[in-house]
Amino acid sequence: MAVMTYREALNLALREEMRRDPNVFVIGEEVGLYEGAYKVTQGLLKEFGPQRIVDTPIAESGFTGVGIGAAMAGLRPVVEMMTFNFALLALDQIVNSAAKMYYMSGGQFNVPIVIRGPGGPAAQLAAQHSQSMETYFYHVPGLKVVRPTTPADAKGLLKSSIRDDNPVIFIEAETLYNVKGEVPEDPDFLIPLGQAIVRREGTDVTVIAYMGMMYRAMEAAEELAKEGISVELVDPRTLRPMDTETIIRSVRKTHRVVVVEAGAGFAGMGSEIGAFVTEQAFDDLDAPVERVTGANAPMPYARNLERLKTPTKDKIVAAIRRVCNANGHANGS
Amino acid sequence: MAQTLTRSAASSSGFGVDAEAAKRLLSDMLLIRRFEEKAAEAYALGKIGGFLHLYIGEEAVAVGATSVLRPDDYAISAYREHGHCLAKGSDPKRVMAELYGRRDGLSKGKGGSMHLFDRTTNFLGGHAIVGAHLPIAVGVAFAIKYRGGDQVIVCYFGDGAVPEGEFHEAMNLSALWKLPVIFLCENNRYAMGTSVERALAQTEIWKFGQTYGVPAEKVDGMDVLAVRDAVGRAVARTRQEKIPALIEADTYRYRGHSMRDPAGAVYRTKEEVEREKLRDPIVLFREKILTAGLLSEADLRGVEKDVNDRVDEAVAYADASPEPPGEWLFTDIYKEA
Repeated sequence: MAVMTYREALNLALREEMRRDPNVFVIGEEVGLYEGAYKVTQGLLKEFGPQRIVDTPIAESGFTGVGIGAAMAGLRPVVEMMTFNFALLALDQIVNSAAKMYYMSGGQFNVPIVIRGPGGPAAQLAAQHSQSMETYFYHVPGLKVVRPTTPADAKGLLKSSIRDDNPVIFIEAETLYNVKGEVPEDPDFLIPLGQAIVRREGTDVTVIAYMGMMYRAMEAAEELAKEGISVELVDPRTLRPMDTETIIRSVRKTHRVVVVEAGAGFAGMGSEIGAFVTEQAFDDLDAPVERVTGANAPMPYARNLERLKTPTKDKIVAAIRRVCNANGHANGS
Repeated sequence: MAQTLTRSAASSSGFGVDAEAAKRLLSDMLLIRRFEEKAAEAYALGKIGGFLHLYIGEEAVAVGATSVLRPDDYAISAYREHGHCLAKGSDPKRVMAELYGRRDGLSKGKGGSMHLFDRTTNFLGGHAIVGAHLPIAVGVAFAIKYRGGDQVIVCYFGDGAVPEGEFHEAMNLSALWKLPVIFLCENNRYAMGTSVERALAQTEIWKFGQTYGVPAEKVDGMDVLAVRDAVGRAVARTRQEKIPALIEADTYRYRGHSMRDPAGAVYRTKEEVEREKLRDPIVLFREKILTAGLLSEADLRGVEKDVNDRVDEAVAYADASPEPPGEWLFTDIYKEA
């Protein structure tokens, strides 16, 4: 184990996988000479050279298509989106080409590609640079969608994504790049895609969250612990395929569910989790599934409006209290 | 840089090919023509559904281009790709079965007319979002160079893809990185119902090559030998120098945009279509072979019979192939390790 930042963990994962497999290469805007807009690819050009660390002009659809073609021909591209907001320019390539190639070719051409970069709400970056992007991708059969919350997850999940034979959408967070944590140094350390993790054991309520929202949910859980409310925190880590089993197991234990997501909520991750929890564990629920989501509005710039848009610890605490008070729960009331 | 306009350079100076090669070119063009005529019949009978975009009239492009490729070279196309797929060497039986949506189709019946793929011939699809496969072709060329190989990829697309941003991104990236891709534009003058004059500020598509520093030329796409000659030069240069090429083939589709546009007469006149048929690539090449005394009438009849037999076999095979089993709905979504 070593303590490193989320950024360093990603960098290490890239290095290890590039050393392991000569077919792995990195392509994107400013990944080489500039060493990454967020420095995730720092030092890689020096170690691997311009053939494997490929700087591109600003042409997201073009270089994503290049990645897909290279993957069809047997390489393993890691395409960096400077921010995932720009991935919308490549949405057709991702949704219509990468996700469907294996299926529409009847299993002849798979696309082992990772499309990674930061996404999600950031600090005062306004409507176009501060939004949850996973929604656009996890709806699509053929894609896998990963959102790693901790430095260890960032490393283990990125390595698994690079070794995966399918297109993986790997969305990091610029607000987490400096978060530090224990990270295994073993170059064979992998975290399988599609496995959720229980980050905190509890008995009264299951809170499902990932990325920045998980950190806020943890603060909420600590605060409520002082009042005797025991919160179980589940982090899906991979949004598609989702580990519904781990979530349902937790729900059967706690009988109460709060889903926290940074996005605007409507048809969001909370809607999906609420739906399958209701379908699979309705009789176990003692309260309706609660959602704490970003406000149903674009991201504003002004600091006070941004705060109103974003799920806060207090909103999470309030939601947990609501579900715990339903049906006369013994603790909170 | 060879930004020249070549019209029938090869054919004007006699044949550049021997009798055997001429026979193969004619046979390949005829196969596509007869295959698609049968496909149109099957569509009318309801055996083929969805969209069916016929290549009839444009056969000289796919056949002339493929004739100068090695089997390990790649080809990629848009949705009007039956001809490119057959020319690259796919089994007509499995192509027809795919059009029928049957289990023995190239893509197991999951792709249909617009998504033919064949790993055994390095035919990479079958892409039905206009312009999208151009960057993918560049990526294949990137992989070739990455591995130090000497293959090339031919990327077929229509005039309709040229106004798309991806055409320009693909041209720029491949020129910038010096990648072995040959962009072969089949200019049949209409993107669905929109003529090039209504779509492009620069209607001489080959001239976009100059903008990107890519060797480019225009060729008579109804003359299989001219196409063979132009693509042959591009392939040799691309293989040698690892640089892209742009070729604009002046061609014409006789049928509508798809079977749902049967007449194709709203946006063009019947007279225009009939006039274009006068330069039919198969009729002209057949005459040329006879005039040159390369093959006899009896030889040609033999070619025609052979092609008809192969197409009949393909139809019978497709008819006999079962529908894909229901559980295939959920296979081939993710590749398991």
